[in-house]
Amino acid sequence: MKAVLVLLFICTLAACTSASKLTLYQQLDGKAGITRLVDSFINQIGNDEIILPYFSHANVAHFRAGFISHLCALTNGSCEYKGDSMVDIHTGMHITEADFNRVVDLLINAMNEQQISHSVQNQILAKMAPLRAQIIKI
Amino acid sequence: MNWLKTVVGLLFCVYSFNLVAAQGKLLATPGVSQIEGSAGGGIVPWAQLAGYASDEEFAINGFCSRADVTDYQLDVCGAQVNLFNRVELSYAQQNFDVPALDTQIEQSITAAKVRLYGDIVYSQWPQLSLGVQYKSLDDGTVATLVGAQETSGTDIYLAASKLHLGAIAGYNWFWNITTRYSDANQLGLLGFGGKDANKELLFEGSTAVFLSRDIAVGIEYRQKSNNLGLGEQDWQDLFVAWMPNKHVSVTAAWLGLGSIAGAKDQAGWYLSVTGYW
Repeated sequence: MKAVLVLLFICTLAACTSASKLTLYQQLDGKAGITRLVDSFINQIGNDEIILPYFSHANVAHFRAGFISHLCALTNGSCEYKGDSMVDIHTGMHITEADFNRVVDLLINAMNEQQISHSVQNQILAKMAPLRAQIIKI
Repeated sequence: MNWLKTVVGLLFCVYSFNLVAAQGKLLATPGVSQIEGSAGGGIVPWAQLAGYASDEEFAINGFCSRADVTDYQLDVCGAQVNLFNRVELSYAQQNFDVPALDTQIEQSITAAKVRLYGDIVYSQWPQLSLGVQYKSLDDGTVATLVGAQETSGTDIYLAASKLHLGAIAGYNWFWNITTRYSDANQLGLLGFGGKDANKELLFEGSTAVFLSRDIAVGIEYRQKSNNLGLGEQDWQDLFVAWMPNKHVSVTAAWLGLGSIAGAKDQAGWYLSVTGYW
């Protein structure tokens, strides 16, 4: 019975495996897709009463350009992120664990709005998750 | 019927309290409620602490579960408190129904879990927690009759868990490994220890894949000791958990529990509802 369960589980996983050779950047429809995603994300933030105050002194155009370029670099597009470091940007903002996750939820909302597939969403989140230590509680 | 009332009541509470609910964790990451009341899967306690509290929040959760196998039925209801995602305190009441003997065995479980390290999503190494479950039978007659040494006992466990984002063809993959030091017979429902039986280290494991943000399918395995010589066997389950929002989760599972008190091949269904606020 144990063997049957394990086998069933492995088969289920194998059935999900259809690895794409395209880069994440290409799967996002390149610069155009990333731009649409960032605009959706900014719209999500603009409608969130808890997260919006963090941006009260931010220059939205500067944030938009920086995030587009950062996402392009993170998803293996042919860009180099030349903006400020995550630590420099977030120092003094004292972002809590809860608010960080709230922003992740907003990004997921934006990705859903842009109809980005579940697996591409997860791979983008996997690229961004390691940055958390350079963002919160500083 | 009482069970149904409790579930309906629970759901009502969840919706009336959702304005003050802790929401600091990502959806589905606290896991659900296992049969001894700790945050976990169905049969295995996990390293995550119950509820959506982050490090600056607290959370209160309530749950009810039913396991219905060939010759027995187990009903559990309980509650957990999560303090700042550091400490989990829980209480559960188990009601084990043995229709063949027209008997019910009741057990209460008071438990605590401390998060020692990490975060299942963000830390480089798995989240690690240490837990303790104190179990006490309301009436130890059956336990003593089948040869158990004690009618109350304490399990200690160490759990490690990790969620790997996009790890399997872009799907999120979760695993948990738990090591338990215990002499409980069938969770403690048949008492603790036996003739020449001591506490031993037992292995438990769970793994799941998230098909979407709110649906996970997985399997669990729980090693059991055979202190009473009644052929107690390891447990396993195959589960589907649905976490549509940060206020409620519903888990259904198929259970394979092996032999219980001499009755062989105990298999059946499991349903569990947890409310978070």
